[in-house]
Amino acid sequence: MAGKRWAALAATMLLGGCALRDAPIIAPPGPVLHTTAELFVVATLLMLIVVLPVLVLTAWFAWRYRASRRAADYAPELAGSTRIEFFIWAAPVAIVLTLGVLVWHYTHKLDPYLPLGPQPYVVEAIGLDWKWLFLYPEDGVASVGTLAFPADRPLELRITTDTVMNSLMIPALGGQIYAMAGMETRLNLKADRPGVYAGRNYQFSGNGFPAQRFDAHALDAAGWQAWLAGAKAAGALDRAGYLALAKPGVLASPQLYSAYPATLFDAIVGQYRDPAMCRPLSLAAGASRVRTTGR
Amino acid sequence: MFGRLGVDALPFYSGIAAGGALVTVLGALAIAALLTRYRKWGVLWRDWLTSCDHKKIGIMYIVIALVMLLRGFIDAAMMRAQQAMALDSGGYLPAEHFAQIFSSHGTIMIFFVAMPFLTGLINFVVPLQLGKRDMTYPFLNLASLALTAAGAGLMLLSLALGRFSTAGWTGYPPYSELGFSPGVGVDYWIWATMLAGVGSTLSGVNFIATILFERAPGMTLMRMPMFSWTALCASILMVFAFPGLTVATLMLALDRAFDFQFFSNGLGNPMLYINLFWIWGHPEVYILILPAFGVFSEVVATFSRKTLFGYPSMVYATAAIALLSFGVWLHHFFTMGASANVNAAFGIATMVIAIPTGVKVYDWLFTMHRGRIEFHSSMLWAMAFMVTFVIGGMTGVMLAIPPIDYLVHNTAFLVAHFHNMLIPGALFGYFAGYAYWFPKAFGFTLDERWGKRAVGFWVAGFWLAFMPLYALGFLGMPRRMEQYSDPAWQPLLIVAAVGAGLIACGIASQIVQLVVSIRRRAALRDTTGDPWDGRTLEWATASPPPPWNFAATPVVHGLDAYAAIKAGRAPADTLPLTDIELPRNTPLGVAVLGLSFLFGFAMIWWIWWLAVLAGLGLLGVILLRAFDDHPEKTVSAAELARDDDTTLAEGRA
Repeated sequence: MAGKRWAALAATMLLGGCALRDAPIIAPPGPVLHTTAELFVVATLLMLIVVLPVLVLTAWFAWRYRASRRAADYAPELAGSTRIEFFIWAAPVAIVLTLGVLVWHYTHKLDPYLPLGPQPYVVEAIGLDWKWLFLYPEDGVASVGTLAFPADRPLELRITTDTVMNSLMIPALGGQIYAMAGMETRLNLKADRPGVYAGRNYQFSGNGFPAQRFDAHALDAAGWQAWLAGAKAAGALDRAGYLALAKPGVLASPQLYSAYPATLFDAIVGQYRDPAMCRPLSLAAGASRVRTTGR
Repeated sequence: MFGRLGVDALPFYSGIAAGGALVTVLGALAIAALLTRYRKWGVLWRDWLTSCDHKKIGIMYIVIALVMLLRGFIDAAMMRAQQAMALDSGGYLPAEHFAQIFSSHGTIMIFFVAMPFLTGLINFVVPLQLGKRDMTYPFLNLASLALTAAGAGLMLLSLALGRFSTAGWTGYPPYSELGFSPGVGVDYWIWATMLAGVGSTLSGVNFIATILFERAPGMTLMRMPMFSWTALCASILMVFAFPGLTVATLMLALDRAFDFQFFSNGLGNPMLYINLFWIWGHPEVYILILPAFGVFSEVVATFSRKTLFGYPSMVYATAAIALLSFGVWLHHFFTMGASANVNAAFGIATMVIAIPTGVKVYDWLFTMHRGRIEFHSSMLWAMAFMVTFVIGGMTGVMLAIPPIDYLVHNTAFLVAHFHNMLIPGALFGYFAGYAYWFPKAFGFTLDERWGKRAVGFWVAGFWLAFMPLYALGFLGMPRRMEQYSDPAWQPLLIVAAVGAGLIACGIASQIVQLVVSIRRRAALRDTTGDPWDGRTLEWATASPPPPWNFAATPVVHGLDAYAAIKAGRAPADTLPLTDIELPRNTPLGVAVLGLSFLFGFAMIWWIWWLAVLAGLGLLGVILLRAFDDHPEKTVSAAELARDDDTTLAEGRA
């Protein structure tokens, strides 16, 4: 039985090991994952201080104190030992204290709301059934099903949804944050080098959920200019276009837009916040400019 | 007249759904046919459905758990098969059906496998361990069982009539609101869990009253067996946590049926639901796990032939876990945008729970140290638990670190973590308890060969099924994916499916074990009432115990009361025999079952007149019971003396 277990474990680890070679936490392409990986390793090592002895002692005690061996030091009435009990309380306390300090430090350092450098490139992300719409206020363009940003600048995503709760993550670049209607949440990311990184919604949202993915293109200067030019050459996203896009459905292919209604993001957030505006999105009359960051 | 109920509720929208419905209906018909064929309806009615005996009720809870485990596992196997094949293809399950399956899998496993299993074990064991005759409120106990059974019935009915929720076992709004989830699915989920949840709250009240006020003379709190301690702590959690769920689901039901706006996207706030849900949800994890810890404590001490190491530490650790479990709910949604201060505080609070949990693991280890360990299958479950659970504990601490959680939240890593806690941590404990106390319940032991095979298959299956999911989480695979396009995921998902296959072999071994054991019951008969050389009072009476458990109430002089008597360290004292009262059988439990089922059914389908009638009926049952002046029957001291064949009686003689 035990043999089978170890064989299963070994096989799994081998397979897992191979598959993990390319996992972002092993080969991080951005600073968030770098720092998280460092925290991950320290935390794992600290915990192994408690975990490894359990694995070893269970096997060792089971073998050494098996009934058939009739160990001479059998002590049926041994109800405790102050010395041992001191250690089994003190060791985890010490480890958790250490981890606690680390958690405090790293949670602040890796707060997703903190920009990862000066002048982040801001993109507004809107979760829809079942696609992501991205607005680029700095350049006035928009895209759906694909995200692009200049690789030499940090990225700040301002996130909301015009449907159920979503959760946006580009695992190679950093963690996730929920997208909720009537609220704006933020996620700061950075790529060390140009590349294409998969991103998607991580909060189940219905039948099209598997398709709610996008490629995040971190582009070098030339690539970025070319991408912007491509977007500028595309058609514009107007109100009717947005309302059609917001209907539940899976995207046939990613789209670029040369322009979008200026107050679109605020209108999407605002329609859920102002009770008077609690009706299907009306982009008329510069919808309310309420803005909360989810905090 | 029939609300939303119409012909379109029948499951003819897909072959698989129709198949599931057919299996459910045929299963029910087969059971009815067998009962008729062997003329067991009378036995079922007299000895089981109308009985207020805590032992019978406990066994019925566990029967529900085992039946629902099969259903929940079939769901799991279907998901594993789907994900193993769904690379760039739709697999064999449509998206909506896949979502129904992951929702029902979670709901069934938590509410209708784990909860009834642990409630059944507590019911069966605790009064025996405490040297008492029954629970404090025997009828309330039967009513709680009826509510749980009604919920389970609604779950099974959802296969045949209408469709189940696709909102996951957590039912987050706004997705679970009527606008996004029309139909009866979420309502099935709401009313099945609400009935079971109310049943659990009432069970908790009953257990607390029993444990705090119904112990044998001499059994101070610090002399209680560890399982009873964990039962007490879990019950306190049930009473304080379950109302959170009841309120949250009730508010959601109001949103759906009457257009309240508690959690809607517009006027309401879904974050409120998520907080309420996890204020129940996190303590719930410890409700599931603490009784399993209690089983491990009994099993490890008994089969190491030693007293439990560090009993006071164990008690304080258990109580600390129970207390701390209320202060960590926010770690289920670090990614909702709270500030770093809030997230870090809740992360650290969560890690603090690892301290008492770690202490408990080491106390079990040092119970084995200098023992004479016998590898009974229940001991094997305990050892498999220890080595596997610490891995889950480690990944739990990782998830408690907000920056790591941001990365693996909502991914397969999270799925792996909570299965790592709930399969080795809770389910293995229940299985250990099942093997350990089975002879107490039925008078014969379970076949060990098949028992050990079951352990082997389950453990190997668990590792294969869930370790790959940790890796998949790091590879960015979200949970609840009906199909995917990343080829790197598929090999790992195939391994996981193989693991599910091994677990299926484990379950098959358990079924064979039960059949073989019943067939060989003459050879496996235990006439001593104490097959394992147990340490606590439940082993001091006959197997199965008489309806009154102990003819004369035992007097306790210390920890491990029965072991002390057997070793001659304590006298086999009892109180003198007196006439006693036992709860009379009552058909009202079945009335609660039927009426609460109808009530839930009516609320699901918006058949308001039926809901009102069933509600009034339930009220009537309560009044009927309240005005029953003779719910007890008397058993005379002479009758008790005649039937007293307990070991304590021998000691007395």
